[in-house]
Amino acid sequence: MSSVAVFSKASPFDALQRWLPKLVLAPSMLIVLVGFYGYIIWTFVLSFTNSSFMPSYKWVGLQQYIRLMDNDRWWVASKNLAVFGGMFIGISLVLGVFLAVLLDQRIRKEGFIRTVYLYPMALSMIVTGTAWKWLLNPGLGLDKMLRDWGWEGFRLDWLVDQDRVVYCLVIAAVWQASGFVMAMFLAGLRGVDQSIIRAAQVDGASLPTIYLRIVLPSLRPVFFSAFMILAHIAIKSFDLVAAMTAGGPGYSSDLPAMFMYSFTFSRGQMGIGSASAMMMLGAILAILVPYLYSELRGKRHE
Amino acid sequence: MSNQLGKPALSFSRIAIYATLLLAAAIYLIPLVVMLLTSFKSPEDIRTGNLLSWPQVIDGIGWIKAWDVVGGYFWNSVKITVPAVLISTFIGAMNGYVLSMWRFRGSQLFFGLLLFGCFLPFQTVLLPASFTLGKFGLANTTTGLVLVHVVYGLAFTTLFFRNYYVSIPDALVKAARLDGAGFFTIFWKILLPMSIPIVMVCLIWQFTQIWNDFLFGVVFASGDAQPITVALNNLVNTSTGAKEYNVDMAAAMIAGLPTLLVYIFAGKYFLRGLTSGAVKG
Repeated sequence: MSSVAVFSKASPFDALQRWLPKLVLAPSMLIVLVGFYGYIIWTFVLSFTNSSFMPSYKWVGLQQYIRLMDNDRWWVASKNLAVFGGMFIGISLVLGVFLAVLLDQRIRKEGFIRTVYLYPMALSMIVTGTAWKWLLNPGLGLDKMLRDWGWEGFRLDWLVDQDRVVYCLVIAAVWQASGFVMAMFLAGLRGVDQSIIRAAQVDGASLPTIYLRIVLPSLRPVFFSAFMILAHIAIKSFDLVAAMTAGGPGYSSDLPAMFMYSFTFSRGQMGIGSASAMMMLGAILAILVPYLYSELRGKRHE
Repeated sequence: MSNQLGKPALSFSRIAIYATLLLAAAIYLIPLVVMLLTSFKSPEDIRTGNLLSWPQVIDGIGWIKAWDVVGGYFWNSVKITVPAVLISTFIGAMNGYVLSMWRFRGSQLFFGLLLFGCFLPFQTVLLPASFTLGKFGLANTTTGLVLVHVVYGLAFTTLFFRNYYVSIPDALVKAARLDGAGFFTIFWKILLPMSIPIVMVCLIWQFTQIWNDFLFGVVFASGDAQPITVALNNLVNTSTGAKEYNVDMAAAMIAGLPTLLVYIFAGKYFLRGLTSGAVKG
């Protein structure tokens, strides 16, 4: 596209000019090859060794993966990821779409309200986790506040309840990310063709029907993008767990990223830690590959 | 998409919409309000009052104690974030320039390989990266963290600039090349002056990413070199002594303020970074 045919009067200057782009890109190429792909392969290799506190290169085949599959904590973490991911993505999408549609009704002070919905996205998950850990504190947080306000029987002790602690993570994560989903959909709604909606209105369709039947289905690409980003956040969630529950009580709120960290860096089980990292990579690829495939195919059809 | 023509009448449904939106805004604001209120209360006040009760006396001791604990690490974060943001943005700009205006055989493949970095779960590179930092004597240093953030920020910074420059007509560059302008001249004189918006987007994106990072901080730097997020987490999750929630909340505010301020003053660029960086491939 941008390649201008260089008329070859190969002076040294021209030659330099021709090499410059490659020279400029070379460090980054090296970084990507080594720091991205080389390191992934390195971790992959480690996952087949008996590395513990120090890396060792004694090949043990699939043993670390078998140990991982036999590990109860890993299954708790995986199940938590399914619950956390499912609820976090689902609620964020519903809430984000709902708020975007409402905000799209010629709201005065829209800019201000939008700013309020989106500000949690600027915060670190550690800050978010700290704040929500305090809000959900059994005895002093919302628990006490609602009782003070007259709701005598109110109890909120999910943070220390090993069956419900994962919902605490969901609440905090939804608070942080749903405003972002709203912003994405609001941008999408602004791009919808007005004439289609007028035509539907002339035909007597009610506003909710127009949104459900016409507008939202036309925003399918936005749904996919939002899903991708949220799933990505969910799989990588580590800081939120670290700040809010540290995986506890026990390991009931562990997520794979937390599992990987504690086995690799605290418990000195690099082999099994690397195996869990590879499983996480697999999870990312499992959602990324179909997404890219549909994206590329979509582009070809345009 | 605003579909009523003219001024919408004040009907029941409009009141319901406003009420819902304002209620939602209040809920989003509650954690921030609670953090601020708690940070200015005395420990006694925290026990007797509740989350949203007004402090009986505005008490700054929480902030003073918090700054004592995390202040040093705040400066660590500054020392990590500022160079990492500038360097990764600069390299991203150069990469994007080459990948859009000076394509060569293999450059597209490289771009594809790089893009995967936007989705890379960092767990798969943590161990080798920590071995490497150890080898170069950069473990537990802010310099090491700068390096790591530059490396793993490249995917996004390059993506920002490449996508921005691709939309610029290359006739502009072609003309400059025929006039004898070289590689760097074209970049400095022609492209950079028109890149202000994307530079802003990139700076703000990198700033929030790096300032808010916890994973790299906790893995590659412990003790003296740790960034504020790690220090905050240590403070909040230590089980020794009586919990001082006012100190916790003040420390959380200190950790959150820089990115919050950036968001308030440059929200436009922040949002554009989120959507363009994360959505457009």
